[in-house]
Amino acid sequence: MEILKYDYPAATKAFSHRAHVGVVGSGDLEVLIEPSPDQGAHVVITTSVNGFGPIWKNVIDRFFTRFDQAAAIEINDFGATPGMVALRLEQAVERSRS
Amino acid sequence: MTDQNKTPATAQPDWARFLARESFIELDAMGRARAVLDPGTFRMLLGPFDRLKSPWLPLQNIVTQADDGVVLARGTIDGQPAVVAAIESAFQGGSMGEVSGAKIAASLELALADNEKGIPTRAVILFETGGVRLQEANLGLAVIAEIHAGIVALRRHVPVVGVIAGMVGCFGGMSLAASLCSSLIATRQGRLGMNGPEVIEQEAGIEELDSSNKRLIWQLIGGEQRQAIGLVDTLVDDDAAAIASAIRAAFARGVPARHRSAQVEDYLAKLAAIDPASPLEPNALRTLWGKGDHE
Repeated sequence: MEILKYDYPAATKAFSHRAHVGVVGSGDLEVLIEPSPDQGAHVVITTSVNGFGPIWKNVIDRFFTRFDQAAAIEINDFGATPGMVALRLEQAVERSRS
Repeated sequence: MTDQNKTPATAQPDWARFLARESFIELDAMGRARAVLDPGTFRMLLGPFDRLKSPWLPLQNIVTQADDGVVLARGTIDGQPAVVAAIESAFQGGSMGEVSGAKIAASLELALADNEKGIPTRAVILFETGGVRLQEANLGLAVIAEIHAGIVALRRHVPVVGVIAGMVGCFGGMSLAASLCSSLIATRQGRLGMNGPEVIEQEAGIEELDSSNKRLIWQLIGGEQRQAIGLVDTLVDDDAAAIASAIRAAFARGVPARHRSAQVEDYLAKLAAIDPASPLEPNALRTLWGKGDHE
């Protein structure tokens, strides 16, 4: 198990909803997205697979090229592929808007 | 599909009904809880943002889930207040840890408190569990005992209805919880047993039970067999609407005069009728036991 933390101080647009998607099951992950306690966005990832920090950074960086809101994102991962992670993040944002 | 292909609902062939149904097995725990409550009444209790999760899994380097794999929901069933506990099978095999088990036990205790105040809150448990979470050992076992006590206390007031939909099934201490329910509903895909087939094979050898023999496993502990020998009350298709209406029918029947778990003498007599020296076929057990007098 590994815990990774990333901050995106440039993502400052107000984010006021919260959403939960996914499950901590094999090849899947859960995403909790809610308003950030401060001005920037924060991501905390707990993953069952060690040593994939650089890949996580790429996936989250790419997500924040399009998402610019001050959200606190918690990810609990059970071996999801990068594609799965990206889809769950999109789904969480979509659900937070509905 | 054109209009010409549409057939009236009454004349639908089996396959059309099968395709039109909403699978219950494919729903996650939240979807299942939502499906059994009256439409629009679902309200989650202790959801993921309450972050009531296992304190023991991180100590063993295992990732936690924010709701510890149990969804609790309040709402109504047939207009009556209800609480639903749904176990998420994808997280740690639906295993009962200290927190997930305590959530179910607490929901039963609150339903009991309601009933003692004259509010007839009914309870549904959607089982999908391998039993105790081994990483939480005795704490998991302790909360399973609390669930048992909660069901027994509550079922004096209102029926406690259990559902075993599949595909995990219901095993270990939670199979006892299922068997304590006033009414138990299962699909053909569901399985109910104290020890799972893999455990039996591991402990007693492949000569005792070949856990890869799916046909044999379902003949022994599958929902259809369990209903045929009276350990399950209602056999339903994997259809969310069918399961929701089976739950309503179970509540409409009310508290049974004799709960299955109170029929100790009857079951001892049934066990005495089995000769352990000669292997018993699943169909022979149906003939020997019948459905019992639970209904």
